[in-house]
Amino acid sequence: MSSEEALHRRLGLTDEELGAIVAALGRDPNHVELAMYAAMWSEHCSYKSSKAHLRTLPTEGPSVLVGPGQDAGAVDVGDGLAVVFKMESHSHPSAVEPYQGAATGVGGIVRDVISMGARPIALLDPLRFGPLTQERNRWLLEGVVAGIGGYGNCIGVPTVGGEIHLAEPHSSNPTVNVMCVGVAPSGSLITSARPVHEGSLLVLFGAATGRDGIGGVSVLASRTLEGDAGESRPSVQIGDPFAGKLLIEASLEMAEADLLEGLQDLGGAGLTCAASESASRARLGAELDLDAVPLREADLEAFEILTSESQERMLAIVHPGRLDEVLDVCRRWGLASAVIGRLVPGDALQVRRGGALVAEVPARSLADEGPVYARPMLPPPERDDAITDDPTFATYGSSPADALLAVLSSPNVASKRCVWEQYDSIVQGGTVLGPGADAALIRIEGTLKAIALSSDGKGRFGMLDPYLGAAHAVAEAARNVACTGATPLAITNCLNFGNPERPEVMWQFAESIRGMADACRAFETPVTGGNVSFYNESGDSAIWPTPVIGMLGLLQDHRLAVRSAFAEGLLVYVLGETFPELGGSELAEVELGVVAGRPPSLDLDREVALQRLLIEGARADLLRSAHDCGDGGLGVAFAECAIAGRTGFAVSMPGSLPPHVGLFSESGARAVISVAPARAGELEELASALHVPWARVGETGGPRIVFDGVADVTVEEAAAAYEEAFPKLLAG
Amino acid sequence: MSGRAPRIGVVTFPGSLDDRDALRAVRFMGGEGVALWHGDRDLRGVDAVILPGGFSYGDYLRTGAIARFAVVMEEVRAFAERGGPVVGICNGFQILCEAGLLPGALIRNRGLRFVCRWVQVRVETSLSPLTSGLVPGEILRVPVKHGEGQFVAAPDDLRRIEGDGLVVFRYCAPDGALADEANVNGSAGSVAGVRNPGGNVVGLMPHPEHAVDPDVGATGGQPLLAALLETALARVSAA
Amino acid sequence: MRHTFEVLVRLKPGLLDPQGKAVEGALPAMGWTNVTAVRVGKHVELTVEAPDEASARTQVEEMARQLLSNPVIEDFQILAAADVGR
Repeated sequence: MSSEEALHRRLGLTDEELGAIVAALGRDPNHVELAMYAAMWSEHCSYKSSKAHLRTLPTEGPSVLVGPGQDAGAVDVGDGLAVVFKMESHSHPSAVEPYQGAATGVGGIVRDVISMGARPIALLDPLRFGPLTQERNRWLLEGVVAGIGGYGNCIGVPTVGGEIHLAEPHSSNPTVNVMCVGVAPSGSLITSARPVHEGSLLVLFGAATGRDGIGGVSVLASRTLEGDAGESRPSVQIGDPFAGKLLIEASLEMAEADLLEGLQDLGGAGLTCAASESASRARLGAELDLDAVPLREADLEAFEILTSESQERMLAIVHPGRLDEVLDVCRRWGLASAVIGRLVPGDALQVRRGGALVAEVPARSLADEGPVYARPMLPPPERDDAITDDPTFATYGSSPADALLAVLSSPNVASKRCVWEQYDSIVQGGTVLGPGADAALIRIEGTLKAIALSSDGKGRFGMLDPYLGAAHAVAEAARNVACTGATPLAITNCLNFGNPERPEVMWQFAESIRGMADACRAFETPVTGGNVSFYNESGDSAIWPTPVIGMLGLLQDHRLAVRSAFAEGLLVYVLGETFPELGGSELAEVELGVVAGRPPSLDLDREVALQRLLIEGARADLLRSAHDCGDGGLGVAFAECAIAGRTGFAVSMPGSLPPHVGLFSESGARAVISVAPARAGELEELASALHVPWARVGETGGPRIVFDGVADVTVEEAAAAYEEAFPKLLAG
Repeated sequence: MSGRAPRIGVVTFPGSLDDRDALRAVRFMGGEGVALWHGDRDLRGVDAVILPGGFSYGDYLRTGAIARFAVVMEEVRAFAERGGPVVGICNGFQILCEAGLLPGALIRNRGLRFVCRWVQVRVETSLSPLTSGLVPGEILRVPVKHGEGQFVAAPDDLRRIEGDGLVVFRYCAPDGALADEANVNGSAGSVAGVRNPGGNVVGLMPHPEHAVDPDVGATGGQPLLAALLETALARVSAA
Repeated sequence: MRHTFEVLVRLKPGLLDPQGKAVEGALPAMGWTNVTAVRVGKHVELTVEAPDEASARTQVEEMARQLLSNPVIEDFQILAAADVGR
């Protein structure tokens, strides 16, 4: 018995959790059952530390078709169409093997979308690394980018956006998130609401099962295999994008022909998760025959087959009457398939191998009745020091013009073209706006509509104040979407944090959730799902609290899309007000090398009003350009508009702030727009009616970037700073 | 006149990605798009064939190396030998080279990275199904997206390709000049596309099918696909 | 009888090898300034069921010619398992 206790701890289960398992079973678990529980009750699968907080997020809204708890969220966009979207982290695998870690991350999120019966139409990749002055960080970035491209390009799903930020705390722990978006007719979404019948078959199709990603439970290996455990149990999973592409086509063909009662991808906790969730959602039990599972190596043990995370596998629930058709589709696409079990009355998940029963556990207890923790929380003590030292009141040595060029060439702000040119952003033919735009815009085939997509995280703000960091991330994502003319509809997220057993980390998490919830309520953009990635730390150093927001918006007519580039002969406006807020700013990091101070305040009413103005302005075709004002403040926002259109401007800064503060303050609720002179009156009336502060600051034209009396550089100089910085950094 | 739109077949191999896009572009330009399947010994009576972009069979061995053995390729070869217009785009170009229907080969880009970018190509000859009616020297804006698009051939082959006027497109600067910076993948002679000696088979790395709809970008692909439809239509009328 | 072979596929001499060039370019930075002429190829291991090694080798040659290499740009060499030390 005592060795048994040691075993559960080695599998990551606490004594209390073992007690709960014994209570659920009414007896001690055997090794196989223990492995299944260890996998399903892990932080990754059970959300045991985060669940209590996630429940406080707003999840309902008139357009939400599927909320959190399924493979991906779904939103009604009219015309009988649903948009399905989800974001996930693959940071831990990417830290070990960046190419495969990132590639399998793409594969996994794509399968989440196809398991809803939706065709994947876009990918976004928000990434965070340590400074590129370190060779290892360059290796990680290059590998992750190549892996995203290697998988995404090969499956024909365009990568249309994302972001790259660099900060020392991400040095040992890169943050690799990936978001996938799909479209399906609302009526053919595969959700848990579908009727599932007793006697329906569990069909596993796709790749064969091998010893992939079972590192966590490999202590259960029998002694004979223990000797060469390193070689026989690769913890690095290898992606096969070709198989991934075939899975997409086969799954969608099955969905379109209405052959399925359910569809699940095999991700974390592999077959155990897919089978127990399928049974639990159907309120049934299931029988699994492991002898029927196609194996890559014949000598896999039962617990390995049950917890393997081999890629490119799907589990379908199929009525016996449709089985032949399902197997035909698999054959047509050259995919292996096997009936590995069926749904039965009751609640038990029964697993057989060689005819013998090797595990029998209540499916619901595995899938839905994992532990929920209210972990202790405490604000980190060093936080007060960081906040009091506010760079808003610092002295900046360089001229505003030099500071502008320095900020434009800082790695967080500089153009990432050399990265996103490695991604196919145009396949499927719907990319109206791709990488580099405020938000991506993807036309929905057969309609005039386009969906807008943006992913945003505010690392520095979050480090200084996790509540504000998360709320600003939602606001910026919504503003980005609104800048294209689209209306924000809903979000997904990926919540990247350190060790939740540390009270400071748990406090950061809870504050982030509170900020996200408040902002989402204000914008009426419910949370439809997401992913939590804890334990992003080495030793005592955790990553910055990094909630990344994936915002979905809708533009009714893609021909009214607004771009950010300036053209000649337009009037330029600053919408919103600039306050002396350089806390956590790009300028402070670039010029002073500090991340300190109080992040900009956030007025959610002003944000809502600004977004309304951008949306209504676009609908009335008043805006010739619109660009969000974020990292680097007005200085960067203006310069980016000029660089994008290779057209200069001359403006007077509104207000009476000192030059550096006015140019680089990162106050929220602001945008830079340009308007044709003939439409100026209409724009000004609309802005006033919506109570959005506005200032007509100058006009576009010429080869120079002129902030009257503050800074004057050529567009070419600015473009060189902005475009050449990142390739140089990557070259080492 | 036959009174019908030209039927343009687009082959789907396992791993084809731009097949739907090619069909959509054909329809956009007024043709009838016909989906063809790699495993069928049947071209469904089409007037021209497009082998689309993608990563057929994952391109794991060599780009196009496995797809060239697909059942449908026997029909495509026979169709080409009868003078039928055949166009290979990106992976389709790679397949045609592997199949020996076009000269040369495509290897990893000089920069070793996949590159997705809008580029200019210069039309070098009007003797191909994509350029009939176009004037050599015309400059078109089209996107590329590939990891293995560097055109190479043994020196003797290259001399023959150039000498026989088999080069159909070259990457160029916006003013039409050949320049190393404009040679997006380091191709020999900046070659972006070639034809067979018969002038009915053409392959190119850029994607004309992604450059027809002004709502999503430039339209440098329009004259190319218009030429293909014209060529196909001529066969309809002749039949 | 099962016969195992290794097929080495390499770019023909004289053809530019971008991967080889990249490796060659990286080595000096790591201290190996004495390296030239790096070429990257690929190897394919396969096991063939055939009555004797000679007939197995003939078949592998045919596979290498038709599928494993592209004769336009690549040469190949076939090694029996014994040659590669297994």
